[in-house]
Amino acid sequence: MADHVLNTPVSEADIRALRVGDRVTLQSTLFGIRDATQIHMFDHGRRTKFDLRGHAVIHTAPNLRKVEPSPEHPAGYAPVCVGTTTSDRMERFTRPLMEREGVRIIIGKGGLREESLRAFAELGGCYLAVVGGAAALETTWIEQLEDVDLDDLNPESLYKFRIRDFGPLLVAMDSHGGSLYTEVNAKVAARRQAVLEKLGAAEGARP
Amino acid sequence: MTHVSRPNAEPLRIDPGAVEEAAKLLYIRACKILPDDIKQGFARLDADETDGTAKAILATMIENIGVAERMDNLLCQDTGIPIFNVLIGRNIALDGWDLKAAIARGTARATREAPLRSSVVHPITRKNEHTSCGERVPVINIDFTDRDRELRLEMIPKGSGSENGSFLQMLIPADGLAAVKRFVVDRVMQAGGKVCPPTIVGVGIGGTSDLCMHLAKMAATRPLGSRCADAEGAKLEAELSDAVNGLGIGPQGLGGDGTSFAVHVETAATHITMNPVAVNIQCHSARRASATFTPDGIVVGF
Repeated sequence: MADHVLNTPVSEADIRALRVGDRVTLQSTLFGIRDATQIHMFDHGRRTKFDLRGHAVIHTAPNLRKVEPSPEHPAGYAPVCVGTTTSDRMERFTRPLMEREGVRIIIGKGGLREESLRAFAELGGCYLAVVGGAAALETTWIEQLEDVDLDDLNPESLYKFRIRDFGPLLVAMDSHGGSLYTEVNAKVAARRQAVLEKLGAAEGARP
Repeated sequence: MTHVSRPNAEPLRIDPGAVEEAAKLLYIRACKILPDDIKQGFARLDADETDGTAKAILATMIENIGVAERMDNLLCQDTGIPIFNVLIGRNIALDGWDLKAAIARGTARATREAPLRSSVVHPITRKNEHTSCGERVPVINIDFTDRDRELRLEMIPKGSGSENGSFLQMLIPADGLAAVKRFVVDRVMQAGGKVCPPTIVGVGIGGTSDLCMHLAKMAATRPLGSRCADAEGAKLEAELSDAVNGLGIGPQGLGGDGTSFAVHVETAATHITMNPVAVNIQCHSARRASATFTPDGIVVGF
């Protein structure tokens, strides 16, 4: 259960050093990405101007205030509230994000599935869990919205955030086949029978 | 027109302008301030939690509630699908068409003026009008109460992560109550961490398919500490709350004791051939706000 501070972009070695249960705090840059962003990138063949190699993406669609572009708000948006959405919907984009764009870290809530875990192991990636629904706190880790791409998809554009002390985040899926979600799901499945019996609702019980 | 029971009582006239202002205020307030019963629910889960990771996650959630209030910011980035429950008491004078329009105007203004992220799109084109409004949205549920000269407007920004944890099954009588219980346990397992636990699990039992789903939503968005009015339903609430918290899913699905603040049940009579059950889940950001209109003025609360 080690603590790590990672400056993005990261190397494969940085990722391979992480194990489930470790805690990570990120510095420098974080990209925001979501359903529509990835549907357009990978199903509709759109490309981003950003170089995502070695970077971290977070499953998000922020609340923003439109402002005049300025040194403080170069993208013409002030971040109001930046939080995290459920990752599971974006499961099928993990591999293309890593293979085509070179992403190494996915941040989200609720976890990803087996195919993502395989991609993390083969390509050197990981999933960091942030506490979902704690967006007011998460927003305090964002210094600036530096740039935006694919903004016709607003609020599901591709965002480039400057971050400071983003975390601590929990390594929930690592590049060695470890997944806290798989562990918890197995424990939960093992408890199901006893829970149903206590309810008088096990399979085969007289209804 | 003659009011037999209250011949001298002037009806309470509901001004659409006041409804618009209230709708706007409630949407913003709901996104920023968590109801007291939910805060108490957090304190209870935190006190009972035995898992270290789960304790740390609950602490972060509790910290977030304070940060949102101190910084006047949104609790969660998901502004949800706006739902308004309009509970109309007796001796109320209002124009229903104006009321619906006023709620939509207030919702759009909240979105522009706060500003809030418009999370609402056309279901086929996926086009976002950036008003949090669209066809049949805000969702408006109208019901009538026996309260004299009182209209209650409740606002619920229903988050999508938990709304995607919605399930209906048209069980049959031969499946019995055992299958109803099994359905709830299995759907909570299926939802896992995706619905942002700790949750309120809303269960609808009975009615038609659409009513059953609506019952589950009513149950999921009821204050903690409230009980099902039906005695059998209330008994199930206690049993099922105990059951889902025995699964070990925990906060954010990362393990622990606190999977749900509670399981709430709502019931309706059903057909002799039917045994419908529905689950609708509310995330830990179980947001609500309300405005109560009376002859003395408007009181804002949860």
